[in-house]
Amino acid sequence: MDLRPSQEQQQLVDAFASLYAAEAPTSKVRDAEPLGFSAELWTRLRETGALEMAVPEDRGGWGATLLDLALVAEQHGRAVAPAPLIEAQVAARLLARVGADVLPEVLSGERLVTVAVRPARAGALALVPAGAVADHALALDGDRLVLVDVPRDVRHVNNSGCLPLADLDVPPDATVLAEGGEAVEAYARALDEWRVLTAAALAGIAARALEIGVAYVKERQAFGVAIGSFQGVAHRLADRASEVDGAELLAREAAWSAAEEPERAAELAAMAFGFAAETARDTTYHALHFHGGYGFMLEYDAQLYFRRARAWANVLCEPRAAYRRVADVRYATAGS
Amino acid sequence: MDFRLGEKSEVFRKEAREFLREVLTPEVLERCHRTGVQHDEGFAAAMRDKGWLAPGWPVEYGGQGRDPMEVLAFSEEMARANAPTYALGTTMMIAWVIQQVGTEEQKREILPKALAAEIVIVLGFTEAENGSDAAAAKTSAVRSGDGWTINGSKMFTTNAHIGDYVFLLTRTNTEVPKHRGLTTFLVPMDQPGVEVRPVHTLSGERTNITFYNDVHVSDAWRIGEVDGGWPVMTVALAREHNAGFVGEQDRLLANVEDWAHQTLDDDGRPMIEDPTVRERMGRAATEAEVSRLLQRRAAWLSSIGVAAHAKGSMSKLFSSERLERQAADLTEMIGTDGLRSWGEPTAPCGGEIEHAVRHAKGTTIYAGSSEIQRNIIAQHGLGLPRGK
Repeated sequence: MDLRPSQEQQQLVDAFASLYAAEAPTSKVRDAEPLGFSAELWTRLRETGALEMAVPEDRGGWGATLLDLALVAEQHGRAVAPAPLIEAQVAARLLARVGADVLPEVLSGERLVTVAVRPARAGALALVPAGAVADHALALDGDRLVLVDVPRDVRHVNNSGCLPLADLDVPPDATVLAEGGEAVEAYARALDEWRVLTAAALAGIAARALEIGVAYVKERQAFGVAIGSFQGVAHRLADRASEVDGAELLAREAAWSAAEEPERAAELAAMAFGFAAETARDTTYHALHFHGGYGFMLEYDAQLYFRRARAWANVLCEPRAAYRRVADVRYATAGS
Repeated sequence: MDFRLGEKSEVFRKEAREFLREVLTPEVLERCHRTGVQHDEGFAAAMRDKGWLAPGWPVEYGGQGRDPMEVLAFSEEMARANAPTYALGTTMMIAWVIQQVGTEEQKREILPKALAAEIVIVLGFTEAENGSDAAAAKTSAVRSGDGWTINGSKMFTTNAHIGDYVFLLTRTNTEVPKHRGLTTFLVPMDQPGVEVRPVHTLSGERTNITFYNDVHVSDAWRIGEVDGGWPVMTVALAREHNAGFVGEQDRLLANVEDWAHQTLDDDGRPMIEDPTVRERMGRAATEAEVSRLLQRRAAWLSSIGVAAHAKGSMSKLFSSERLERQAADLTEMIGTDGLRSWGEPTAPCGGEIEHAVRHAKGTTIYAGSSEIQRNIIAQHGLGLPRGK
């Protein structure tokens, strides 16, 4: 057992942490609202190789592992960064897996491709992450993996997390990239990758929110002492701290298992997603709550984390649905 | 990064599993449960024959020199199987203290017997008036002649009725701050003035209250310096900081899985097909995995020489609190049949789930209550000011 990132992984984390510090301070996160997309940040992420790293070497990428990507996703979450990093990485990997011709244009930055994390229902794709800023969306329609063109006049759906979400339709002439078992299997794997990376990002949101909350309760005085000395405050933060560590460990384990213990990868991905979603929800709640009235003000950062913790997860599903998915993987027979 | 415990650990785990399958018979488990005593002489002897009473001790001290991750894999298997290791654990904990700070005479007298499973040492820390605040112990030891006279009582001296020695935390100085006036002794249980009375608990475990009335103890049984009891306690408890209740969670879920596959709903469908049952089991499995990771991290940190501190407390806090939550939730899930007790032939899963609720309640109390763990995490992990 060794829970330390390798030297290369640490360099990667440091590089992205610096990038986010420069390009995505919370002032810029606010500037990017309500759309939730900073073109500058996205350009910088691409120039740093955020997409190339996600793609295998034989497909023109750098061949990073899912664990490498998860460590970067943690930093992305810490910054509540307004850029579709995870969707674009997962989409690029899926394009590479099915041998799609569009991949070089994705890697060069000419086209932004996202992925619809819920399959089409009667030809409709609801609340596609990054759908409002992407050129194309990958989607599962029945047993077909399709590449949907995003219309130029796509409407951004206003949403609580200030995410660039859009409702899209699958047109009858959508490009079919794969069909049948191959399509379903490739999409399922992409979705597991999205679960893991989003879990890592949610763990990052939670970790940063905890820091913000802890810093505040050390400073804020009431009744002549720092409020962090009250057990009613300290004990809740101690609970959250344990969960934050747990969420990070579980997301990392799930990412690690993709290459090292693939037979457990699907189960761990669902576990990591459900647990990180709850942890981010509860940690941002207390981080905000212990700010008192200031936490309720838009001017303070706590609310940025509070809103995104909920939205980034709920784009796929609620935590309970993730736990049902854990059971589906563990006990094979799918519950209705 | 590598989340595996390693090849050697998995080999040892497999060996432990095979051993448990053979030695830990349903009869042994039933007897432990019925009597409420988590100790079995036959099992202890089998452990001794394997050399597994102290697998992590250096070979020159009578151990097997196994690394901390091997010991962790071994402990995980013991916990999962509900092996009766309680008295073995307390005995070897104090044997280790004697190995570290005892006199040559104490080592000669105690260590061979401990390693041979010939003696049981029990813990005498907690008192009626103090639990989590162990340093507030009032049981007094006063110099008399070449020894000491001890008066007082200790609560929750589990296994005292089958014990040979009690490791006693006493007050030897009331003129100094509480941590500096403590001295530890190894007191033979057959000494005149020692009295043991049973205390029965919610989980069916039998523990005791022990009384010490003018008990004379030779100075040769003092462990560590006079008024130096707290540093001795630190040595004793240092090995307790990786506590976690993963085995209990795994066992509970395995029982519930059996129930869910075997029980039919009103329409004749197995409960395992019910979405709410699936959700609750998926959540329990997830929490068990997080508990496992937190415990393994604490053990791994110790293995690379990093004190676990708050991270050890996170393992204890999270795993015990979630065990309690799961036991409550899964018993409610089973419904009215969840009322049927352990030992009742009609109980689902032999009453193991009903029993889990009772057992779980203790885990958030003993070995540092959840409130103590939260204080440690808040102060040492988050750097929050000390509270009141």
